[in-house]
Amino acid sequence: MSSYLEIDNVSVVFKARGQSFVAVQEVDIKVEQGEFVTIIGHSGCGKSTVLNVIAGLVEPARGGAVLAGREIDGPSPERAVVFQNHSLLPWLTCYGNVHLAVERVFAAKESKAQLAERTNAALELVGLSHAKSKRPNEISGGMKQRVGIARALAMEPKVLLMDEPFGALDALTRANLQDALMDIQAKSRNTVVMITHDVDEAVLLSDRVVMMTNGPAATVGEVLSIDLPRPRHRLQLATDPRYHALRADILRFLHERQGHPVAA
Amino acid sequence: MLARNGLAAVLPPLFGVSALVLVWALVAQGSDYLPGPGSTLTSAIELFSDPFYRKGPNDQGIGWNLLASLGRVAQGFGLAALVGIPLGFVLGRFAMISRAFQPIVSLLRPVSPLAWLPIGLAVFQAANPAAIFTIFICSIWPMLLNTALGVASVPQDYLNVARVLRLSEWTVFTKILLPASIPYVLTGAKLALGIAWLSIVASEMLTGGVGIGFWLWDEWNNLNMEHILIAIVVIGVVGLTIEQGMNLIAKRFDYRSH
Repeated sequence: MSSYLEIDNVSVVFKARGQSFVAVQEVDIKVEQGEFVTIIGHSGCGKSTVLNVIAGLVEPARGGAVLAGREIDGPSPERAVVFQNHSLLPWLTCYGNVHLAVERVFAAKESKAQLAERTNAALELVGLSHAKSKRPNEISGGMKQRVGIARALAMEPKVLLMDEPFGALDALTRANLQDALMDIQAKSRNTVVMITHDVDEAVLLSDRVVMMTNGPAATVGEVLSIDLPRPRHRLQLATDPRYHALRADILRFLHERQGHPVAA
Repeated sequence: MLARNGLAAVLPPLFGVSALVLVWALVAQGSDYLPGPGSTLTSAIELFSDPFYRKGPNDQGIGWNLLASLGRVAQGFGLAALVGIPLGFVLGRFAMISRAFQPIVSLLRPVSPLAWLPIGLAVFQAANPAAIFTIFICSIWPMLLNTALGVASVPQDYLNVARVLRLSEWTVFTKILLPASIPYVLTGAKLALGIAWLSIVASEMLTGGVGIGFWLWDEWNNLNMEHILIAIVVIGVVGLTIEQGMNLIAKRFDYRSH
């Protein structure tokens, strides 16, 4: 029985100025439907490269990825990406940004009213109905990232890919958005692969945490199951010894076994 | 408060202009050729009291001359926009084509527009199309290069969005490339119009006919220095108006200023 999403023996080689550079090597990750998996590692370890392979934005030199029984070959709306820097189009309103994606995915089979309804529902889901006619430069960084999530979710992707979605936000906004994301997940059980370098975020949100070794030629070091019951609340977890044990496992991996080779 | 701000905005420029007029008057006093502000003003009032007279092909009101020049600029600039902006999009989007065109553009861009005038005259066998051709040549480069730059510098993030959504090339163009590069296109258009207005005066001096450049040269032949000074001011005012107009348009269409 194969998994919903399988990254199978993937190696990625980048070529720059005639030299080739092995970014990630022989990466194997399996994700079940409805599972929330984070990939964590030091910066430069090729986490984003793995995500880009799933997104279809980067082609692996060896190996491949299979989603729901179909080989991944190029980007597709069925694998929506939430980019680190939100990547909203500044000349469109929040509504326009989400609608562009909705239109692309559903315009062939749905009426205009249904498309509008989908767009509004997605903005409602992330709590931004009130800001839908604002442009990205009129809203805060956290709100932009919410629109990016709304845009990705509105496409009803088979897997939601998030590339350090909260990395550029301040700690309070980040906590806020993590809670919002957990709420959304409780309702809609998306299959999610998220990149992060934040240990607390990984433990709080994930079902499993994939820990990557340092690059170059980074690969999967360890996989940790986070068997904390849901719904999870950050305040309760703060005093939960299981939470601290899991957190310590990841920290040990990152700092003892993969202590940063380059002066950080 | 508002009145004080208004004064602060108006006073320094007023002072600058007054100083210039004063220096002009002083210099004119000691010069046999340079008319003073007074006689120039009298001459200007007379000139602008009847700007649209026609007394034969080479003696027409300053209004007609000005309109003729603006018409040539509009035609040459319009043609250049029609060719330069689409070509700029192609060059910005496809690196190979850009590399093919690069040496041609680099070689021809620094050439003075007036150097093209003989070719225009030879090809079209008439002064008017030759002048328009000159305007076309000189205004195409800034539009082409700025458009190409705008398209090439569309952030990769936006293009990644397009790739993940698998937008069609047409949707990528209308929803991403076009809005992202409009500020660059308009900057190119502004530069092009500025150069076009500089060039038209010079090419009309050479081609003759009707036009503010020709008129200025004609007044030199008549040794009417007042009219030459008036022509300079008129050319400056028109150029400034074009530039300010373009700034307004650019601001209106720049997504960053909303």
